[in-house]
Amino acid sequence: MSNEHKEYLKKIKRKNIIIKSFQILIIIFIITIWQLAANKGLINTFISSSPKNIINTILKLYKDKLLFHHIGITFYEVLISFSLGTIFGITIASILWRYQLLYKIIDPYLTILNSMPKVSLGPIIIIIAGAGIKSIIIMALLISFIITIIDVHHYFKETEKNKIKLMKSFKATKRQIFIKLILPSNIKNLINVCKVNIGLTFIGVIMGEFLVSKSGIGYLIMYGSQIFNLNLVMTGIIILCIMASLMYYIIVILEKRINH
Amino acid sequence: MDILKIKNLRKIYHTKKRELLAVDNFSFNLKKGDFVAIVGPSGCGKSTILSVLSDLEKPSSGIIEYDKKLKFGYMLQDDGLFEWRTIYKNCILGLEVQKKLENEKYVNKLLKTYGLLDFKDSYPSNLSGGMRQRVALIRTLATKPDILLLDEPFSALDSQTRLAVSDDVYKIIKKENKSAIMVTHDISEAISMADKVIVLSKRPSIIKKIYDIKLDNKKNPIENRKDKNFAYYYDLIWKDIDYHV
Repeated sequence: MSNEHKEYLKKIKRKNIIIKSFQILIIIFIITIWQLAANKGLINTFISSSPKNIINTILKLYKDKLLFHHIGITFYEVLISFSLGTIFGITIASILWRYQLLYKIIDPYLTILNSMPKVSLGPIIIIIAGAGIKSIIIMALLISFIITIIDVHHYFKETEKNKIKLMKSFKATKRQIFIKLILPSNIKNLINVCKVNIGLTFIGVIMGEFLVSKSGIGYLIMYGSQIFNLNLVMTGIIILCIMASLMYYIIVILEKRINH
Repeated sequence: MDILKIKNLRKIYHTKKRELLAVDNFSFNLKKGDFVAIVGPSGCGKSTILSVLSDLEKPSSGIIEYDKKLKFGYMLQDDGLFEWRTIYKNCILGLEVQKKLENEKYVNKLLKTYGLLDFKDSYPSNLSGGMRQRVALIRTLATKPDILLLDEPFSALDSQTRLAVSDDVYKIIKKENKSAIMVTHDISEAISMADKVIVLSKRPSIIKKIYDIKLDNKKNPIENRKDKNFAYYYDLIWKDIDYHV
């Protein structure tokens, strides 16, 4: 390796260190200022809580054996609705790719369903599925499902025309074109759909928990706001942030695996 | 011996607003082992002829006659390699589709002959444009076609690579003893590679002229360009095509 190249690698490394340290510094800075402001009475901790209060709340939840109970429930709901939404969405998009006429027929309905705020269906869902986990999962499912169909179908249709032509010149069947070309060429896009869906599913699940649940992080936030315990609300939000980013990173790791 | 007879081929494209006559009255016979080039102004419907021959599109009218055992191999402008497949896997794509994996030995032989065996397990992104085009040709040859249809096969390459690759592809086609029909807009390429050059008019494409290319000493595409008859044909075809800027 030439010295020049070593120098270049060092430069990149240095840059990365700077970026990472600033990222960590920012969060430390925010937490410190928040806590200091709370200590000095500059902010009303009843409304804005404080890092110390949040940690205490987490510890209390943990001691009461409620922390992982709530996290577990929410995680379970997210996992089920994410899996179902993604799998069904991709399957239906594949069917619509296969049968273009069917797609053209239902296209306007998909658009309407997509632009409609799904929460408005909440009351109907609760009446049909009952005030429980089932309703929450259906709600979250609805939110990610329609957009998955639309996005995945779009990606499938955008597959390079000349590659399709090439497959056709080999007399490939539609099925062969799908398995050998459409699906593998869209792996990256499908992973992106998963990334978006994780976020959407969280929205759906929390909304569902706001409406009906007796446990879960969404319930914790709702309950906290009803008894004016803003510490609980803030704690719920922080836990959600951590959960969502963890699930996102699981997909990123999966993505790296596939790319290698 | 004529292995392919095309009589009065006509292709009309329909859109909502109008119908477009792309090719009209195209008649031509292909002899075994012949290399035929079709040249014409861009957008004249050259590629349509290949699409119809390879059964990707139906002709509006006309007769195409050939022994049904005869197979066509299509090679596109863009190499169309699948980035997620290794070179070897790309080469056997057609075999997989047609469930003819017994041809795999032949693929190995082709890879070896054309200097790509060491890249068997590489991915397309590691290959140069010229090498990728060679892989695309092997992928087409793997299904053992009798007639190769080349649709502007070099137009995505830069001009130096283009010369080298056209030389390469020409030698491979001759060595494997294939018949070929090549569509191109490059007059030099057509004269230097083909035994016959068909000149098409502007759309709707009809045949303006067919030239039998007789060079004094026919060798390979690069050498052929130095032949004294080369300029003669170039001049004639240039005038036929009647380019307007």
